[in-house]
Amino acid sequence: MVIVDRRANPQGKSLPNRQRFLERAREQVRRAVRDTIARRGVADLDLDEEVKVQIDGTEEPAFRQTGEGEHDYVLPGTGTINRGDRVGKPPSGSGKGAGTGSGGGSGGGEDAFQFVLTREEFLHYFLDELELPRLLRTSLAQTNQSKPRRAGFSVHGQPSSLDVRRTMRNSMARRLALKRPNQATIETLKAEIEDAIALADDVRLGNARQALEEALRRSARIPYVDPVDVRYTRHERQPVPATEAVMFCLMDVSGSMTEHMKDLAKRFFMLLHLFLERKYERVHVVFIRHTETAAEVDEETFFRSRETGGTVVSSALDVMLKVQEERFPTDRFNIYVAQASDGDNISSDRATVDRLMRTRILPIVRYFAYVETQGGFGDYHPGHRGETALWGTYNAIAGSSTTPNLAMRRLADARDVFGVLAELFAKSAASPF
Amino acid sequence: MALLFEGMEWDFQTIDAIYQACEDVAVGEFGLSCYPNQIEVITSEQMLDAYSSFGLPLMYSHWSFGKHFARDEALYRKGRQGLAYEIVINSSPCIAYIMEENTAALQALVIAHACFGHNHFFRNNHLFRQWTDAEGIFDYLAYAKRYIAECEERYGVNAVERILDAAHALQPQGVHRYPRRKWRLADEERRARERHEHEEASYDPLMRTLPELPSPPVPSSERDRAEQEAKRRLRLPEENLLYFCEKNSPRLRQWEREIIRIVRVLAQYFYPQGQTKVSNEGCATFCHYEILTRLHEKGQITNGALLECLHSHSNVITQPDFTDRRFSGWNPYALGYAIMADIKRVCLEPDAEDRDWFPSFAGNGDPWGTLRDVWANYRDEGLVRQFLGPKVIRGFKMVHLADRAGETAYRVDDIHDEIGYRRIASRLADQYDPSHATPLIEVADVDLFGSRKLVLKHENRHGARLDAKSAQKTLRHLRTLWGYDVCLQEREAENGKLILEHVAA
Repeated sequence: MVIVDRRANPQGKSLPNRQRFLERAREQVRRAVRDTIARRGVADLDLDEEVKVQIDGTEEPAFRQTGEGEHDYVLPGTGTINRGDRVGKPPSGSGKGAGTGSGGGSGGGEDAFQFVLTREEFLHYFLDELELPRLLRTSLAQTNQSKPRRAGFSVHGQPSSLDVRRTMRNSMARRLALKRPNQATIETLKAEIEDAIALADDVRLGNARQALEEALRRSARIPYVDPVDVRYTRHERQPVPATEAVMFCLMDVSGSMTEHMKDLAKRFFMLLHLFLERKYERVHVVFIRHTETAAEVDEETFFRSRETGGTVVSSALDVMLKVQEERFPTDRFNIYVAQASDGDNISSDRATVDRLMRTRILPIVRYFAYVETQGGFGDYHPGHRGETALWGTYNAIAGSSTTPNLAMRRLADARDVFGVLAELFAKSAASPF
Repeated sequence: MALLFEGMEWDFQTIDAIYQACEDVAVGEFGLSCYPNQIEVITSEQMLDAYSSFGLPLMYSHWSFGKHFARDEALYRKGRQGLAYEIVINSSPCIAYIMEENTAALQALVIAHACFGHNHFFRNNHLFRQWTDAEGIFDYLAYAKRYIAECEERYGVNAVERILDAAHALQPQGVHRYPRRKWRLADEERRARERHEHEEASYDPLMRTLPELPSPPVPSSERDRAEQEAKRRLRLPEENLLYFCEKNSPRLRQWEREIIRIVRVLAQYFYPQGQTKVSNEGCATFCHYEILTRLHEKGQITNGALLECLHSHSNVITQPDFTDRRFSGWNPYALGYAIMADIKRVCLEPDAEDRDWFPSFAGNGDPWGTLRDVWANYRDEGLVRQFLGPKVIRGFKMVHLADRAGETAYRVDDIHDEIGYRRIASRLADQYDPSHATPLIEVADVDLFGSRKLVLKHENRHGARLDAKSAQKTLRHLRTLWGYDVCLQEREAENGKLILEHVAA
């Protein structure tokens, strides 16, 4: 008898099968994910999502019989039934005879079944539908990053990059071509000499000695490994597109932003971060909050603390530009800006914002997403307001062909966060260049 | 004797000691003969993995296994479905998976159940001996997995999936019900390789470039004769649809035929298991009960351990009656164990009724010899027909319900009384007849020289009908394999009258 401990074996042996199944049920899973997004907010993001999959495309049909016709069932009874009694039939479809014999009917009546998508899978299907706009503009010319790549062999190089296999192959080829006697030949000749001595055959001895001498001379002349054999693996540095991104989160924290609005903004930022993380190797996040003045803060301060004061949006844009110039050069980073605000801005600031956006920000960022948070409880702007100051400013800039990287949406409820992100980064809406 | 373990904890020494003690009892005292055992300790996660691919540790990749895994996992996580304590594989060495979560007492139960009960049954039952090749199955599975992976690489996942989907749908119709020569699984890989080599060796691109000559018109009588001759060679009717497609489909390529063959081999491998659920589980349950009782008598396990095992044992053999909400057909463990325990009683302490019913072995004093004979020579149908005695029928209070066309309720035809015993045993045995469970569908006709349309036939016994929707979908899969149109005719079994014709949807 043998006992084998398999517990340490790699888990998830059926994972490839699961992925194939999900791929097969792709449309249903996507629909389910979309439905879910409509139903819930980002706060539930951590929960595993139960997905109901209709059997369409994932059914496994087989010939089976309906319950029609005459059947006989022998069943365990209650002891209170007598011959000739009548027993009501179960409602059709429940298959009274199912347990008789082998499981021929198993998998028969299923029409939908449920299983749980892990958080990873859920995000995969959600984010899969989104696309980074203007990703193609990340051209190689703009980057100075490079990675070493294998690029064939070279006759020069460091000893550490010596390719032994290649070198020995060359050496062997050369030795064969130049007929360098190998060890076995020399051994044979030596044995021949000894034989000749033993037999006292002088002619043979002379021939053998000569042959050995010749072989040894050849062997000494032709080196085992010659410098011409040596090969080194060669590496070339190839430029690669920047795989780092920086995401600037800009938020208005003046008194007019309610907790509800901040919550909305936070959810939006969170989701955007998740999304960018999937596309780039590293994503840096910079939080900038502003009232009349702006400052870079940490995450905690950004979302928690509250300030009073007026609203000057250009202050935030200034800080953002300053940070960008100092730490995130455009040739190394893909720059994204997400701004959340309730739309207030002092009217004298309008021209400055307009100028900053057009001349300095939009040319360098990959995407500028502006989300205007609205309503919720504590909203002191009942009913439909007109266009807010900031919305008006941005709206004038957006929509032109020179500024396809500015997008704006209104956001009123936590439920819509997914939807807004999906709209902003929808695949079809992605700019064509 | 010294106790094997105390408390719940176990380690590998404990497992070893339990195994030795069980072996002493099972082989030494009860005379069971088993394949060598291999016990593998796994986690619940791995148990779920094993569930999804027929319990086999090596299986080719297919999305349907992922689907089963997703469903089982969802049920398990919600607590709607427990996991089995063990899975055992009909192979040599016989592999038994035991879960790390089990207590020491449960491990003893599982070892007695799987490593001796099931193992003895696999090794000795004539169906398994006839149909399965326990020594070859692992190598074959490894070959199948490798072969299908290679095909996926060469021809693409979708092309392979198309064939696998179709073959899976026809798997119940992919077995030979009557024995032919025994599978030698070890030869399968060699055979496939030779076929491939032959194909490559005989490939001649020059011959393909020869222009086709217009064939002279064949007189219709000769044509008919040729068709008769070709049909005769097909040996219709053929009930193994997968075999028929593998051998005769005009459109399949060689690798596609090999994949069908793999699915067919596996179907055949599992074929005995469907027919021996009651006897197999009954054997294992009876063995674990007897072995554990014996270990307790010998003082090797504590009262507490025995009680824990008995608790699991009685859970396993629970049989709710048919009015119960939990009822979902016969529990093979309960029925099997009841019959085996009854046989033991009849051997040792028969009364007048038993002598009347089982004259051949009543009071022979050799329960293990009698049972070994039963396990070796019967499948479920025979077991029920011959060994279901009046005591067991009374114990389950069995009733016979007749479902007749046009009636709104079942009629109780027989109950557990003097008149009913024979008829109930016979009816229940019919239920375990494999032809009762899977619809009998066979290839009836092929239009060989015309449209190549394949005609299947299903005989409707006692007014049973095929489900139209699933039949159409399954036919679509058959069309994939056959390459041309297929149809399925439902005919009255009595007079051959055509009732309905299904076509591929």
